Amino acid sequence: MNIYQEELLDHYENPSNYGTLPNPDISHEEDNPLCGDQIRIDLLVEDDRIKEVRFCGHGCTISLAAASMLTEEIEGKSLDEVKQLSKDDILDMIGIPLGPVRLKCALLALKVLKAGAYGINCWPGEEDE
Amino acid sequence: MHTSEFRPLDVEGIRKDFPIFATELPLAFLDNAASTQTPRPVVDAMDAYYDTYRSNIHRGIYRISEEATEQYERAREKVAELINAPRSRQIIFTRNTTESINLVAYSWGTANIREGDEIVLTVMEHHSNLVPWQLLAQRTGAVLRFLEITDEGLLDFTQFRDLLTEKTKLVAMGHVSNVLGTINPIQSVIDAAHAVGAKVVVDAAQSVPHFHVDVQQLDCDFLAFSGHKMCGPTGIGVLYGKMELLEEMPPFLGGGSMIRSVERDVSSYAELPAKFEAGTPSIAEAIGLGHAVDYITQANLAAIHVHEQELLKYAHQRLKEIEGITLYGPSAPHQKMGVISFNLEGIHPHDVAGILDTHGVAIRAGHHCAQPLMKRLDVIATARASFYLYNTIEDVDRLYEGLCRTQKLMTRRKQ
Repeated sequence: MNIYQEELLDHYENPSNYGTLPNPDISHEEDNPLCGDQIRIDLLVEDDRIKEVRFCGHGCTISLAAASMLTEEIEGKSLDEVKQLSKDDILDMIGIPLGPVRLKCALLALKVLKAGAYGINCWPGEEDE
Repeated sequence: MHTSEFRPLDVEGIRKDFPIFATELPLAFLDNAASTQTPRPVVDAMDAYYDTYRSNIHRGIYRISEEATEQYERAREKVAELINAPRSRQIIFTRNTTESINLVAYSWGTANIREGDEIVLTVMEHHSNLVPWQLLAQRTGAVLRFLEITDEGLLDFTQFRDLLTEKTKLVAMGHVSNVLGTINPIQSVIDAAHAVGAKVVVDAAQSVPHFHVDVQQLDCDFLAFSGHKMCGPTGIGVLYGKMELLEEMPPFLGGGSMIRSVERDVSSYAELPAKFEAGTPSIAEAIGLGHAVDYITQANLAAIHVHEQELLKYAHQRLKEIEGITLYGPSAPHQKMGVISFNLEGIHPHDVAGILDTHGVAIRAGHHCAQPLMKRLDVIATARASFYLYNTIEDVDRLYEGLCRTQKLMTRRKQ
């Protein structure tokens, strides 16, 4: 399967929720030291729900498309629900198999989100059981 | 040097020695600056060790251990010959270039570098020739000084002369840049450094595999390279050092093999090269490296260099046809080796490499372990194609076509 399929490219070219928020409750930025991709996520939280989300940064198709998909997924959800999101959820959204290197690209946004919102600093999928 | 008559490379014959090129899937392998492929004779030599004389070296009093010792030491002699080291004892086997440079930084560096001393590096160094010196500077209070590059990716030699003072104790420099392919004027660097009494470490990871390097002619103090970038296996690297320096230096790693006698509180150390080869070394890999040296020597390093220059010239010409491409590094092919770093406008290098992969082209994308250089070039990352003796004009064409398709795919709806 070609990893450069239509849906990913759509998200890459026209990402959802791209930008920043003026007064975010949570704002966090990280990069992937392997490739230098960088993603920042801003959240507006009301009654423990994500009211608004924006992301920005630079990266390859996979990392930016994954970030775009993730922001669509979490808007309106409670912080508890979002905390449950896993590596597999991201892979489901992307819908294509990824090797170990590109996996990190796909997971960067979720890593940024979890580090910012919950202080969880490891890569999704590498949490201690 | 090479007195034999020059013969061009038999690329077709060479490719037959590499089983990876015989598979159904076409593979334009253009990531040789990271690691090269392994020819059959090298794998066969390592198999022979495992199948017929596998044993530990140096102390076994039985036939196969003696055979293993002989083959291991024969590999050392071949490496010494390759770089024209006066004695094979000056060849220390390590894991890779990184470990070789760390050995110098910890052993020679800790014994010789003091607070306020200066270490001169360049902005184009691979992290392996940067981070060990940062660590040394942090331990000792030494100061790192950086030689800048021109926009063409060449060293600013005038600045180099200004950087050199009586405070300069060490110059550590890559012979060839792994990103730009720039061939640095290492002979002039060494001469100028010696004139102020500084020692010179040459990171030769990108030069020894591709052209003839003569440590006596260069008069470098240390020189490091890796087996896996020259048709050898991973896990074996080389440090060459001047005899008097290696002899004075304290050990790096302590353990078996590197001792003469051991008492409870103190030990005396073995002669060179054993002093720096603690523990059971990479025996099969050293033997493999010896055969890799045979392989590239028989192919002829001068012919390999000419072949790569031809590929480079052709690739430059083809790639320049692509609209929106930026090539980094010297534009004159004679100033550089077979390494081309580039970016396609508006397309992340990871995507370039990812799409090329689906067309059977393997290149590298990222910071190439040279983040300060990426900053200097004002890019986050680059894509990089690099050549070796088995690459062909068809590989370059495949790269070119892949890049055109990448552009088409990634900009299809952009106006």
